[in-house]
Amino acid sequence: MSFRLDQGGRLIDRNAPLGFTFDTEPMQGLSGDTLASALLANGQTLVNRSYKYHRPRGIVASGAEEPNALVGLGQGARFEPDQRATTTELFNGLTAMSQNAWPSLGFDMLAVNQWVSSMMPAGFYYKTFIWPRPFWKRVYEPLIREAAASGLPPKEPDADTYEHFYAHVDVLVVGGGIAGLQAALTAGRSGARVLLIEQTPHWGGRAPVDGVEIGGQPADAWIAASLSELRGMDNVTLRARCMGAGVYDHGFALGYERVSDHTPGDGRPRHRLWKIRAGHIVTATGAIERPLSFAGNDVPGVMLASAVRDYVVNYDVAPGRRTVVVTNNDDAYRTALALIDAGLEVPLVVDPRERNDGPLARECARRGVQVETGAAVMKVKGRQRVEGVMLCRANGTGGAGALLDCDCVAMSGGWSPVVHLWSHCGGKLQWSEENAHFYPDASRAPTGADGEPFVSTAGAASGFLRSGDVLTDAASKGAAAAGAEAGEDPPAATDLEEVPMQPVWVMPAQALPELQSKMFLDFQNDVKVSDVRLAAQEGYESVELAKRYTTLGMANDQGKLSNINGLAILAKTRNESIPQVGTTTFRPPYQPISFGSIAGEARGETFQPLRRTPMYDWHEEQGAYMEPVGQWRRPYCYPKQGESHADAVSREVMATRGSVGLLDASTLGKIVVKGPDAGRFLDMLYTNKMSSLKPGRCRYGLMCNENGFLMDDGVVARLDEDTFLCHTTSGGADHVHGWMEDWLQCEWWDWKVYTANLTEQYGQIAVVGPNARAVLEKLGGLDVSKEALPFMGWVEGELAGFPVRVYRISFSGELSFEIAVPAGQARALWDKVLEAGREVGITPYGTEALHVMRAEKGFIMIGDETDGTVIPQDLGLDWAISKKKDDYLGKRAQERSHMSRPDRWKLVGIETLDGSVLPDGAYAVGEGVNANGQRVTVGRVTSTYRSPMLDRGIAMGLVERGSERMGEVLKLATTDGRMIEAKIVEPVFYDPEGEKQDV
Amino acid sequence: MSEARSPLGGAVCQGEGAKVEELPAQGMVTLRGAMGDIADAVTAAIGLSMPSQREIVIAGDKAVAWMSPDELLLLMPHAEVQACLTTLSERLDGTHHLAVDVSDARAVFRISGAGAREVLARLCPADLSPAAFGPGELRRTRLAQVPAAFWIDEAGAFRLICFRSVARYAFDVLCGAARGAPVGFFPESDAV
Repeated sequence: MSFRLDQGGRLIDRNAPLGFTFDTEPMQGLSGDTLASALLANGQTLVNRSYKYHRPRGIVASGAEEPNALVGLGQGARFEPDQRATTTELFNGLTAMSQNAWPSLGFDMLAVNQWVSSMMPAGFYYKTFIWPRPFWKRVYEPLIREAAASGLPPKEPDADTYEHFYAHVDVLVVGGGIAGLQAALTAGRSGARVLLIEQTPHWGGRAPVDGVEIGGQPADAWIAASLSELRGMDNVTLRARCMGAGVYDHGFALGYERVSDHTPGDGRPRHRLWKIRAGHIVTATGAIERPLSFAGNDVPGVMLASAVRDYVVNYDVAPGRRTVVVTNNDDAYRTALALIDAGLEVPLVVDPRERNDGPLARECARRGVQVETGAAVMKVKGRQRVEGVMLCRANGTGGAGALLDCDCVAMSGGWSPVVHLWSHCGGKLQWSEENAHFYPDASRAPTGADGEPFVSTAGAASGFLRSGDVLTDAASKGAAAAGAEAGEDPPAATDLEEVPMQPVWVMPAQALPELQSKMFLDFQNDVKVSDVRLAAQEGYESVELAKRYTTLGMANDQGKLSNINGLAILAKTRNESIPQVGTTTFRPPYQPISFGSIAGEARGETFQPLRRTPMYDWHEEQGAYMEPVGQWRRPYCYPKQGESHADAVSREVMATRGSVGLLDASTLGKIVVKGPDAGRFLDMLYTNKMSSLKPGRCRYGLMCNENGFLMDDGVVARLDEDTFLCHTTSGGADHVHGWMEDWLQCEWWDWKVYTANLTEQYGQIAVVGPNARAVLEKLGGLDVSKEALPFMGWVEGELAGFPVRVYRISFSGELSFEIAVPAGQARALWDKVLEAGREVGITPYGTEALHVMRAEKGFIMIGDETDGTVIPQDLGLDWAISKKKDDYLGKRAQERSHMSRPDRWKLVGIETLDGSVLPDGAYAVGEGVNANGQRVTVGRVTSTYRSPMLDRGIAMGLVERGSERMGEVLKLATTDGRMIEAKIVEPVFYDPEGEKQDV
Repeated sequence: MSEARSPLGGAVCQGEGAKVEELPAQGMVTLRGAMGDIADAVTAAIGLSMPSQREIVIAGDKAVAWMSPDELLLLMPHAEVQACLTTLSERLDGTHHLAVDVSDARAVFRISGAGAREVLARLCPADLSPAAFGPGELRRTRLAQVPAAFWIDEAGAFRLICFRSVARYAFDVLCGAARGAPVGFFPESDAV
């Protein structure tokens, strides 16, 4: 049973008790506790059930590497699943719920899984649930998800705020242990701009717990002095609670600052995501202790030796009263000493090495701790809690052994440098036989654009496990990162000598299969030694395949504890060395980061930029139903009280065609193109000839990409000899402008042409319908007669006192004037037009009425009739393709055989025999099936509407040889299996002679 | 002719360390041309010398900003735009160039107060440290998800321009950032 000791504890404040609940049970902790230390202080050793077998699991570690202690934290709008108890700072009122157990942690129904675990080996799901095939989606997967469910998703919108912060520094140091502090000191003293980040709330890392002395003083004194010096430097910024989450190209790194996780609701953002651009990155990320693989190593109460020491020294929490230490290295002897110092029992240190007469072992012996070398833990006794260990010889098979009572096991399999950040951007590793770990190969560092390394490691992250080496390494790396001279030597750091460790990958060395199937490698994913062996035997020899097959090292902790041990098993099974097997790929983030921090300000109203026209507020006031057009919001229609959208659209069409309508066309792209070569340039961009256009006139044009496909369309107005104004589609303006600049800057850089995107400079108001001229005449100031302003002409002047340019262009087939006015005056003019048109019943109309009217006229719409595979010839737009020009973008492609095939799908009108409206996108079917066994298709509907003028459905579509098949009846399939009969007709349904627009 | 209306009608918000204000209509002219060809015309039109790369030259209510190797942005009172365009067109007759009024195409914001740098550093990937960005500089960058440019005015506050259609979005994200608790990354003495 774990409990709180009476005195000590580096990080806690005994005078500041905090209340919290675990699975609704009230508990008490202290300020400075982590949730994990507080749970242990309350005797809560069982914290979770494992993923697959629902075995009882306890706290294993004291930091980011913890695999088991994941809880659902908070409630309601502040609930978050999968939070690590070891990295959660305790606060008053914290609520935590265990995960993965039903009905309760102590009694979990699905724990039955562990008794049948021999029937659930690696690849169990793949092997078992393959048949019958349809059962996977409907039966197996939902059941497995339910059974293996980890945290539950939050149900309410997140109550917190999150933000990003961009920081540019010369040197980023990740990790605030003694290595990170030393590197920051050396770099900071040179004057470089330094950012030092540390994932925990505390500086100094492990050194104080490990009894390191620096400059003859306890490490704490040096840490305090270093912090004080760093805080005094203007060029150095320190951030605790800020984790280095990822390293990317060009010196980019992510820092994940947990600003107010420990003070929820205090008004500050919960998390801040630092987007750091650094000249050089020093990762001083330390090392992580490895578990040992012995049977029952997952029973609650079996912990990493370093974690046991942390809980005792930092939080004054005893993970048990009687702890057996089992280790293949000297470091864990420090745990035995720490326990003795705290007045706790250590009946035995189990050491598989044949002998140990190092100073740490001698000190243990001196303090009365029995050390048994050449020994091993055969298995752990106990289910929900360690009750004892069975001991055996280290080299044996694990026959009958002696039982030793204990309530905690502190294990250590050696230390692995945290190489994640080094590896994220391509840093390579090498294998140390001495320490049995991978460590960074400094000669193969991640390199920047200049070919120089931009990441280096310092201290234990470099593979140095002794504190003296750590400081020396950190000082030189800090100086190099800042491009400075090495400067003065760091103070000497000392700790007790250690004798060499001995790699131990299974315990005992010749363990029988029965024991191997109880040795857990990956606690989080329930992967055992026997699973990895089986994977290798079944041919999953590549480390990446073995990972995915067994789930070793997957999920939340990404194998921080399990990877090296798993690799070693895989290597042994393959009869290869560990470096030959290699590691899996390290990918960011180092630890999971919140979605909120990634989103930052991009949520709610500011999820995406929403583009508004100058008349936007008016549309909203009228209760317009808005639709997205790119990032614009445009009125789809203006429904009156009780009116359906369909009825509103019909009314708007009838009113416009009957009298006059008003459209906010401000979103239309407007790009000015000017220069002596402007005409030549536009002749290349458009399929028809623009250079022959006269000033004062407009011409409709098509733009294709190099592959010949129709990309954009619009009306071009020639403003003067040198200047054209190109109208583009609403969604295409930015793309077309970029397209123009691309050709001008990269291909035709010697052509004298400048462009400017003036889309937002003007509001554009379309006045449309037989009474349109009367409205403009009433506004006054401009001669808009047929003679002064003929169809496809434009004039400039003042309308009702507003400076305007009026284009006589029509997308509806009606008499139509498009008025461009500076955006800042557009709303005022809009109001004037409404007023002037009131006596003729002027009716604002939305995008849907616009679509209906253009479809009635057979005008194509980019994105409806085109989809990136359609050329102008398919749409019967041959008239808009100049035969006189030598070239235009897309011309060559359109001459290819496939583009000129006679059986291409061509644009036609489609009328149902019964007058109904065709479903959008419906396919016209032919006879028989294709090579894939699918019904042959001979066409598809591209636009379909109810025409209020004709009072029936009208549609346009692309049909194989369509233009040659006028009058034929097609069969169109619906998604519910019906067939609709429809006749191929000309695509112009209304006013085919075009008399109405030219009056 | 009616008064030119700014997109948000002068919206204001005040955060802990910074204030965000939308400014009234600002006269703006985009001028493209070879820098050597247009320098004299710029001086004639606006009375200012040419800025170098990434710089802005400011005097009173006028300014010239470097936007790209062949593009300048001229700032002046809204009422003086036409006169400016006329002068440019006279002086540059026969010189290949493009000069257009873009006053109404943009929104202009002023961000002032001790936290102004941090407001922008939350939203813009540019280096906002005083060492990297001071008076006389202009940055074209990204404000959260939209393009923007900013500089420091003669009173030491930031001026930021973005496209008119996203004025509300820009204001909302700026205010969200201005309401944030101080980050404390930039030295306090460098407040603007």
